[in-house]
Amino acid sequence: MSKKLLLEKAHVEGIRTYDVYRREGGYRSVEKALKTMSPDQITEEVKKSGLRGRGGAGFPTGLKWSFLAKPAGVPRYLVCNSDESEPGTFKDRYLMEFIPHLLVEGLIVSSFALGSNRTFIYIRGEYAWIVDILEQAIEEAKANGWLGKNILGSGFDCEIYVQRGAGAYICGEETALIESLEGKRGNPRIKPPFPAVKGVWDSPTVVNNVETIAAVVPIINIGAEEYLKIGVGKSTGTKLISACGNINKPGVYEIDMTISVEEFIYSDEYCGGIPNGKKLKACIPGGSSVPILPTNLLLKTAKGETRYMNYESLSDGGFATGSMMGSGGFIVFDEDQCVVRHTLTLARFYRHESCGQCSPCREGTGWMEKILKNIEYGKGKMSDIDLLWDIQRKIEGNTICPLGDAAAWPVAAAIRHFRDEFEWHVNNPDECQKRNYGLAHYADPRPLAVPA
Amino acid sequence: MPEEKKLFKVTIDNITVEVEPGTTILNAARKIGGEVAPPAMCYYSKLQGSGGKCRTCLVEVAAGSTADPRPMPKLVASCRTNVMDGMVVKNITSEKVLDARAGVVEFLLINHPLDCPICDQAGECHLQDLSYEHGKEGTRYDFKRRTFEKHTLGPYIQLHMTRCILCYRCVFTADQLTEKRVHGVLDRGDHAEIATYIEKSLDNDFIGNVIDVCPVGALTDKTFRFKNRVWFTKPVDAHRNCSKCCGRTQLWLRGDEVLRVTARKDEWGEIQNTPEGKTGWICNECRFEKKHLSDWTIEGPSLINRHSVIAQGHYVGVQKPREVFSKLMHGQKPKLLMDIHTVSEVNKPNIDLSALPGPATSEVFDSKE
Ligand code: SF4
Ligand code: FES
Repeated sequence: MSKKLLLEKAHVEGIRTYDVYRREGGYRSVEKALKTMSPDQITEEVKKSGLRGRGGAGFPTGLKWSFLAKPAGVPRYLVCNSDESEPGTFKDRYLMEFIPHLLVEGLIVSSFALGSNRTFIYIRGEYAWIVDILEQAIEEAKANGWLGKNILGSGFDCEIYVQRGAGAYICGEETALIESLEGKRGNPRIKPPFPAVKGVWDSPTVVNNVETIAAVVPIINIGAEEYLKIGVGKSTGTKLISACGNINKPGVYEIDMTISVEEFIYSDEYCGGIPNGKKLKACIPGGSSVPILPTNLLLKTAKGETRYMNYESLSDGGFATGSMMGSGGFIVFDEDQCVVRHTLTLARFYRHESCGQCSPCREGTGWMEKILKNIEYGKGKMSDIDLLWDIQRKIEGNTICPLGDAAAWPVAAAIRHFRDEFEWHVNNPDECQKRNYGLAHYADPRPLAVPA
Repeated sequence: MPEEKKLFKVTIDNITVEVEPGTTILNAARKIGGEVAPPAMCYYSKLQGSGGKCRTCLVEVAAGSTADPRPMPKLVASCRTNVMDGMVVKNITSEKVLDARAGVVEFLLINHPLDCPICDQAGECHLQDLSYEHGKEGTRYDFKRRTFEKHTLGPYIQLHMTRCILCYRCVFTADQLTEKRVHGVLDRGDHAEIATYIEKSLDNDFIGNVIDVCPVGALTDKTFRFKNRVWFTKPVDAHRNCSKCCGRTQLWLRGDEVLRVTARKDEWGEIQNTPEGKTGWICNECRFEKKHLSDWTIEGPSLINRHSVIAQGHYVGVQKPREVFSKLMHGQKPKLLMDIHTVSEVNKPNIDLSALPGPATSEVFDSKE
């Protein structure tokens, strides 16, 4: 059993309510932080803990906090990114739905550390029912003196507001989120300036993911020292993984980043294996935008080492043979799944969600979708595969925000690792309408790369 | 002595210039000029917040600054990236840039209708220039191109959304020049469009300027639509006393007819500054209502870049072929001339058709009288 820091109490009866949450030890971190620590000390502690952003990019949180500009007389803002929209990712929803006070608690401590007197939770429109849950938690926290004026006599004032988005994937990008929060069209801003200098209403702003904020609570409670001990290397603490696809037990799991991918998929504690005795074909380990890996590269790295569920191991080999931890949206494919079809689904998603500001993303995503559709429906040409490769290459890195990369990577990875399957679709236009390519050689052990 | 401002040295395509801190790479490159200046389809120096969107101006930063000479990992939008002291930038000397730019041009064109033959913007279209200079021949796109319903924007302005490249310039113009913006970008992604939310006409004294900032033929002047190809018209600089705007314009003439009035453009295709240093935006009255030569004081022919197709009409110092008809016809001006000598005796002795010059050749125009 790995250690749980966030979801340990998630199933205690009535944990959603303030009384039970407090009885189970809730809000201790606020007491500790506001009474015994200075804002800088908290930032230092978070830095020391090695906590990395849980939204997808994995940027060190403490470092991000220390970049926040602090000009005198200008308000600063903390914004919680609850716009969880990456396909395959639903861990924040779970956390907010079952243990909302943990987020509120983390927000109070983080707001204190950053000097944010007005803190916002920007939540995706589709999570409509969670808004009520959060607002009730905020209400309760306020009634019990954890929010409002002069919290715990520390002189620190803080209010938390929940703002609903209208349900656009792009609003998960932090500057688009800020625009939307300000009541504008959710277009990503052109950087610089970065939010740390000019964010919400041109004031210095930190945008953090739900899970990141929640993780601040145990860090303060047990101290960075203890937190560091969980996990390995630069993957400290625990990580929430939302597992879905062809597995026996889909759901949200808290892991301590020391287990192997194989164990995560097959052990009964986690995904419980593939249903109906099917074989594993591929997996997207970190949310729809990270590279898809065939079984042989998923379970073992190109060097033949076991792959683990942590930042370093998942990205071992770079994009050539590795993937990313991303947001922790773990999508599993069994042998009956078609990679071409799946890539088309993602391409359609990214085309639909592109904000349309910059030309490579606006035009490129639509183009890729059209070509993939042709290939999937048996109307593709061999040259289409190279064309797809060229289009994704011209999108990647040339756009305003990471959505362009997010749209390009899945296509690139699918062609990189599953080119045969694309070619089979082109060469067998009729057959591919009746059956799938199947497992083929994707689970066969790979020849080890011989060191030069 | 006034304190001397420290200038930043920046090297673009091996040419070094000194610019003030806060200058963008694009503007530094424009100081050098020529091919070193990256193409800009969305940036407009007169519009705050513009740029960063089209990605045609991407450049490679080979060294960030003297203090931190590391290269930047990705290509950057030169219109929105400021120079640092000692920065080294590669534009046309970078393979990566040329490749990415060709990609951007291709992206901009895949859904463009390519209806230049019937588009009023042809001849002064930045997308035409861009594809000519930076694009590749042919297309790899074989799908149906995206189209949009036409929107009516009132009596003066025609929006042809299918041609739009979503540069947002017109939105910024309306935001920054008029009290109330009634058009903007609806929807998103490849189905995003410039529109008014409910059919509304754009009426505001300065809204006509959106026509001038639009790099393509998406926003055109209804009073000029389909009247003439721009390269057959004759641009002259003119002015009038206007209580609303600077009154400094360019008239596009055919004979004595004023076909179109626009603001004056600089070498980057942007609206020129007035001598007082303000942007020379013009009002709707000057643009749409003053279509008589008598409304204007003509300053003289406009300077047109010699690479522009508009420059093909020379109207000063033109050499015209010698006119021989009336001499031949003893002062008559024939409406129609046919050689019927083989079938008719009429006028045979008097008129010598062999005195007529043959078809005009370049020599005819060269020979000075
Ligand atoms: S209509 Fe013209 S000015 Fe407006 S966004 Fe489109 S291309 Fe730009
Ligand atoms: S001109 Fe720089 S991105 Fe368009």
